[in-house]
Amino acid sequence: MTTTTASAESGERTVRENSPGAARGPRRTGRIKRIGLPYLLLLPALLLELLVHLVPMVIGIVMSFKELTQFYIRDWGTAPWSGLDNYQVSVDFDAPVGEALLHSFLVTVAFTLLSVGLCWLIGTAAAIYMQDTFRGRGLLRALFLVPYALPVYAAVITWVFMFQHDNGLVNHVLHDQLHLTDKPSFWLIGDNSFVALLTVSVWKGWPFAFLIVMAGLQNIPGELYEAAALDGAGLWQQIRRITLPSLRPVNQVLVLVLFLWTFNDFNTPFVLFGRSAPEAADLISVHIYQASFVTWNFGTGSAMSVLLLLFLLVVTGVYLLLTSRGRKTADV
Amino acid sequence: MSSTSSTARSPMAPPRSFLWSRRIFLTLLTGFVLLPVYVMVSSSLKPLADVSGKFRWLPSGLTIRPYIDIWSTVPLARYFVNSLIVAGAATVCSVVIAVFAAYAVSRYQFRGKRVFTVTVLSTQMFPGILFLLPLFLIYVNIGDSTGIALFGSRAGLILTYLTFSLPFSIWMLIGYFDSVPRDLDEAALVDGCGPLGALLRVVVPAAIPGIVAVAVYAFMTAWGEVLFASVMTNDTTRTLAVGLQGYSTLNNVYWNQIMAASLVVSVPVVAGFLLLQRYLVAGLTAGAVK
Repeated sequence: MTTTTASAESGERTVRENSPGAARGPRRTGRIKRIGLPYLLLLPALLLELLVHLVPMVIGIVMSFKELTQFYIRDWGTAPWSGLDNYQVSVDFDAPVGEALLHSFLVTVAFTLLSVGLCWLIGTAAAIYMQDTFRGRGLLRALFLVPYALPVYAAVITWVFMFQHDNGLVNHVLHDQLHLTDKPSFWLIGDNSFVALLTVSVWKGWPFAFLIVMAGLQNIPGELYEAAALDGAGLWQQIRRITLPSLRPVNQVLVLVLFLWTFNDFNTPFVLFGRSAPEAADLISVHIYQASFVTWNFGTGSAMSVLLLLFLLVVTGVYLLLTSRGRKTADV
Repeated sequence: MSSTSSTARSPMAPPRSFLWSRRIFLTLLTGFVLLPVYVMVSSSLKPLADVSGKFRWLPSGLTIRPYIDIWSTVPLARYFVNSLIVAGAATVCSVVIAVFAAYAVSRYQFRGKRVFTVTVLSTQMFPGILFLLPLFLIYVNIGDSTGIALFGSRAGLILTYLTFSLPFSIWMLIGYFDSVPRDLDEAALVDGCGPLGALLRVVVPAAIPGIVAVAVYAFMTAWGEVLFASVMTNDTTRTLAVGLQGYSTLNNVYWNQIMAASLVVSVPVVAGFLLLQRYLVAGLTAGAVK
């Protein structure tokens, strides 16, 4: 990518020199314009990212070192410094706050691994099964994208209805119709809530994997399959030897994106359980939200967020390092 | 980008095992995907008694009453308008800004290019919760010191949402613009267009599928967001994401109305998405997946 851009740039430069547009103004402003133009084009994006993401992030880090309770919200700068107190509270796993955070973190890790794994598996299988044309393929593809297209709250609220204890579909099917349980179960409180959350998350998340893998499949050159077929490889072998290895670069990005989205997911648990999630499904985003907005203790909430960010940074870094190295050797 | 419809995999007919497993897998998956959709549609046409008692696969009687009542139980029309304004404005701004930024990255060599792309992309991994609290404070403080009401206003929400879709949009459009032949904009430059003219008259029209895909993505992101909407809106600026929770009162949960309202708020996005999904797949193929 860099080489092509460079050649295009030099090509563009010679063109500009001869073009009538370049002769319009004095040469110097022309050059400034040319150097400044990319920055000018980037400026709006840059300013907004600064305002909404980067500056708040820096402030968040500063806040995590302050004793920031509701009294200081209007004027957070005056909140007293508290050193590492907020961090100590967060990682003191023997005390209730730290213990709850650790528990929430472990729940989130387990949930994320399961959800990403299932989403990837279902999405990839569906994309590969639907690679060849067959009757109804277009319709099916559209149907499969519906969970992804539905607004989160509309979809999740439907699941809330389905998981209701007395009038929900899940209990009706499992208990009344299939008699699998002795009595109707609670799905949105207690230990079952983890299963409920995972179900909704996979239902909502797999179409994205499907979409990306489907796009990735289209970039695999058809000659590869032809060559393999000539060598006598059957369809299953073609999938194992050509399709899956060719999808590797796509998977590298897909799995990372799925991981980050699932780990940080707030919308699904928040609509599913409301402000306070059951312990078994206490995802970290909701946990921090609650620690901050219910107790109005922004300092501790920020410290927890910073710890979360550090964790995600480390995981992403290690992941990219490992997968890129594997990819390079595979490419050679 | 060129072959979006199909790739020839095997010239031979697929083996039996493949066809059978495909049939079973796709049938189960279709059931899983459609179950909530069926519940949503059928329950929205049931009388309240049907959704308050034991679940019924088939309604005891069909009624369109829920579709009439949803508008008066909560001020749904107002939430709807709020969501439309917020998501619409966020989409337009996000797309325009992303087009400029992606064009700069795709066509120019400049210092800090890599830093920019990496920084913008890495904002995707920030947990929303990390900047929710500071952003909340920044908006409150900006309001206190300058009188510009960002907290609780639609403007604040628009500003926030457009940055959510921006990184992915820029990333996807860079890939898309890279696939538009450079000869095209060079020809435009020879013809006397400035760089902006080349962008608007040549590159943008050639990249329409990618831009549509990005717009769909941006709209969906803004339309479905819950976290910031629940903190940053008040009674007059509330969006659908929060407003939909109003159908449960202390005494009763109007499940039929909730389902009807969910359906009504989903129709614009789902219809738009399904109409434009071809572009999205094409856009992803050219842009994100390379």
